[in-house]
Amino acid sequence: MSTELPEPASVVKLAPGVGGGGEIPKFDITLRVRRYDPEVSEEASWEDFKLTMYGTDRILDALHKVKWEHDGSLSFRRSCAHGVCGSDAMRINGRNRLACKTLLKDLDTSKPITVEAIKGLPVEKDLIVDMEPFFQSYREVMPFLVAKGHEPSKERYQSVEDRERFDDTTKCILCAACTSSCPVFWTDGQYFGPAAIVNAHRFIFDSRDEAGDMRLEILNDKEGVWRCRTTFNCSEACPRGIQVTKAIAEVKQAILARSL
Amino acid sequence: MQVHKYDVVIVGAGGAGMRAAIESGQRARTAVLTKLYPTRSHTGAAQGGMCAALANVEEDNWEWHTFDTIKGGDYLVDQDAAEVMAKEAIDAVLDLEKMGLPFNRTPEGKIDQRRFGGHTRDHGKAPVRRACYAADRTGHMILQTLYQNCVKHNVEFYNEYYVLDLLLVEEDAVRADGTPYKQKRVAGVVSYDLASGELHVFQAKSVVFASGGAGKVFKTTSNAHTLTGDGMGIAFRRGIPLEDMEFFQFHPTGLAGLGILLTEGARGEGAILRNSEGERFMERYAPTIKDLAPRDIVARSMANEVREGRGCGPNKDYVLLDLTHLEPEHIESKLPDITEFARTYLGVEPFTEPVPVYPTAHYAMGGIPTNVEAQVLQDNDTVIPGLFAAGEVACVSVHGSNRLGTNSLLDINVFGKRAGLAAAKYARDAEFVALPEEPEAFTTTLLEDLRNANGTERVAVLRKELQDTMDANVQVFRTAESLQEALDVIKSLRGRYKNVAIQDKGKRFNLDLLEAVELGFLLDMAEVMTTTAMHRKESRGGHYREDFPDRDDVNFMKHSMAYKDADAVSEGTSGIRLETKPVVFTRYQPMERKY
Repeated sequence: MSTELPEPASVVKLAPGVGGGGEIPKFDITLRVRRYDPEVSEEASWEDFKLTMYGTDRILDALHKVKWEHDGSLSFRRSCAHGVCGSDAMRINGRNRLACKTLLKDLDTSKPITVEAIKGLPVEKDLIVDMEPFFQSYREVMPFLVAKGHEPSKERYQSVEDRERFDDTTKCILCAACTSSCPVFWTDGQYFGPAAIVNAHRFIFDSRDEAGDMRLEILNDKEGVWRCRTTFNCSEACPRGIQVTKAIAEVKQAILARSL
Repeated sequence: MQVHKYDVVIVGAGGAGMRAAIESGQRARTAVLTKLYPTRSHTGAAQGGMCAALANVEEDNWEWHTFDTIKGGDYLVDQDAAEVMAKEAIDAVLDLEKMGLPFNRTPEGKIDQRRFGGHTRDHGKAPVRRACYAADRTGHMILQTLYQNCVKHNVEFYNEYYVLDLLLVEEDAVRADGTPYKQKRVAGVVSYDLASGELHVFQAKSVVFASGGAGKVFKTTSNAHTLTGDGMGIAFRRGIPLEDMEFFQFHPTGLAGLGILLTEGARGEGAILRNSEGERFMERYAPTIKDLAPRDIVARSMANEVREGRGCGPNKDYVLLDLTHLEPEHIESKLPDITEFARTYLGVEPFTEPVPVYPTAHYAMGGIPTNVEAQVLQDNDTVIPGLFAAGEVACVSVHGSNRLGTNSLLDINVFGKRAGLAAAKYARDAEFVALPEEPEAFTTTLLEDLRNANGTERVAVLRKELQDTMDANVQVFRTAESLQEALDVIKSLRGRYKNVAIQDKGKRFNLDLLEAVELGFLLDMAEVMTTTAMHRKESRGGHYREDFPDRDDVNFMKHSMAYKDADAVSEGTSGIRLETKPVVFTRYQPMERKY
């Protein structure tokens, strides 16, 4: 609920230099990209690009610079370019991140910056992977509200606290950064993976939902939550700051509490 | 080439497309074709809210919402359509809640509501709390909820299938008054599978276009890279008019230099704009509702502050969004994402420092003309049986010359649902229209000409020049000279486009080729926008002509309709024929627009 605020002052004195600005620094980088195009060769290989970039540029800007000025065949997915659509998860210096949210100035630019496709999903071309196995796991956890009984004529009520209970896991953008950072997923493609569990969590802990038991049953499977080895890779990889490992632990506890 | 047959084909899987699919998929055999994975669609980037007169926190009703929408659109709104939208808004929000959307809640557990630009109590008396929201990621929640429900209902998606052509046939027909005309009918669409490079023809009784906007004609934009006006362009190339394309919305608060959106909900929660003198300048431009004036007015006021030398920063080219007087906890709970954007992309801490902002190209008010049943029109009133459009690609027109904040999330839900229902209903009774001979021929030529192009021009260079000229000449302030300059540049770019080089010659995920195709649509859309802007010699809503600064209801209280026509020539342009269409009035007479 919005609180009523006093009217802000009509004029304030701004401190000198407020609002940023100034010269944007410029620097050179080497972008080392893992290339793969089965129409050209069955082998993947690294290719270096030397680029001059600016302080506000992101990895996505560097990839665009390559594609638009050097090599139009470099292929990667992207859309919104500010971290909300989940298209451009990739492995940057060995860590899963979104290319559009990773600023070059935050990386060590004295060494080549490596960029490769996320792991554990089949590579289609350059940085593009087949997302279908990822979405298959997502679909299997019943990622939708199931409510029984009569529909109210207006909205269902939900307390502020009940709404807060599952807020963290509603942030998921299905970018696969978490699932493809998970060592269990790398070795066992049957494992549901963190993202599917996060999306199950979002409904299991929603007070309006009535299919929690069914989802817990699904995740109690041998390829379910018990495969998680709590390595925290997923939590570190999540570009939305979701506490993924905590969510998985809460699902594990819910399964145990249910079986008691 | 493969041929598929469906009752209903939906083009695009953002909010409008998926809302349509949920209805259509339960009633008719439906396929959704989408250039992107559905959850990548730009509906997910919408932040602030979705207005509906639920009256959960204060008195409100849908008639006030209708009035605000019409006044916000500077009276170019079709009033019957605005009534439909405002009235059905309430069920649209309740539908989403029942589908599972996690709205923020009031202490009693109802859907919470907040203020938004141009939404007022009792015809402009004061701001009203009408926007239903989920923090500052309402669009994300809508997109996820709709996708979840598509999964629930087993909607069939063709992901990364880029639709490139609409198959229409023409039949001789006679109007009621005896005049003969050509009636268009829909037969299907042609799509390009990005993964394999193969063409797929989809024969369908009903086709719904829900492919979004064209913001990438501009350089500074809140739009995704993929929003290149494809759907509008396909329709235009096939002889369907585009309505009101001169009206493009510039959202006031884009992150300076980047264009990334910072929701109007920030001002709804109490943030204000200041110039380099620390002045809350909106007090001068809109004394009653100040920073919560509609977007066209705020954007123009900001640009004017910069033009008169009161901009901030080393180049004095932006103003400041000030949240520092708000409680950090309040900001953190209501606006978590936008504060993170300011930190990540500009290194600014919004709790303690004001954030540099400048207007960013945001939304096309115009598009493919439809009636309130979402049926596409081939002229001012002739329906094309089986063809529907909804969302930003369409022009109903509920936004007129300036859309109010939150009304786009409403538009996609109300008219997406209507389109899905109407498409399924039409398909139930209709027969398939036979596909034309070689239905893929046009698309094959388009793609192969580009793929084999070995010219000297780069797509990225041409696109940048187009975006630069659109930002410089067709933005918040326009004149005959600036528009002519843009038209000259577009004409020259068209010539150079014939001489592009595509480096990637492969079939698989050829995104080099994709970008070249998209550039073709961008050039078409930029030309239509600029041409219609040239001919509208008045200022109204999002279209401001410095050489004609007043609204002129005598000559211009009408929609513009732009047709592709090789023979048409007028005022510095060619190839586009301009006609007009009357505005629908119900109960609101035009008044001077003051806030």
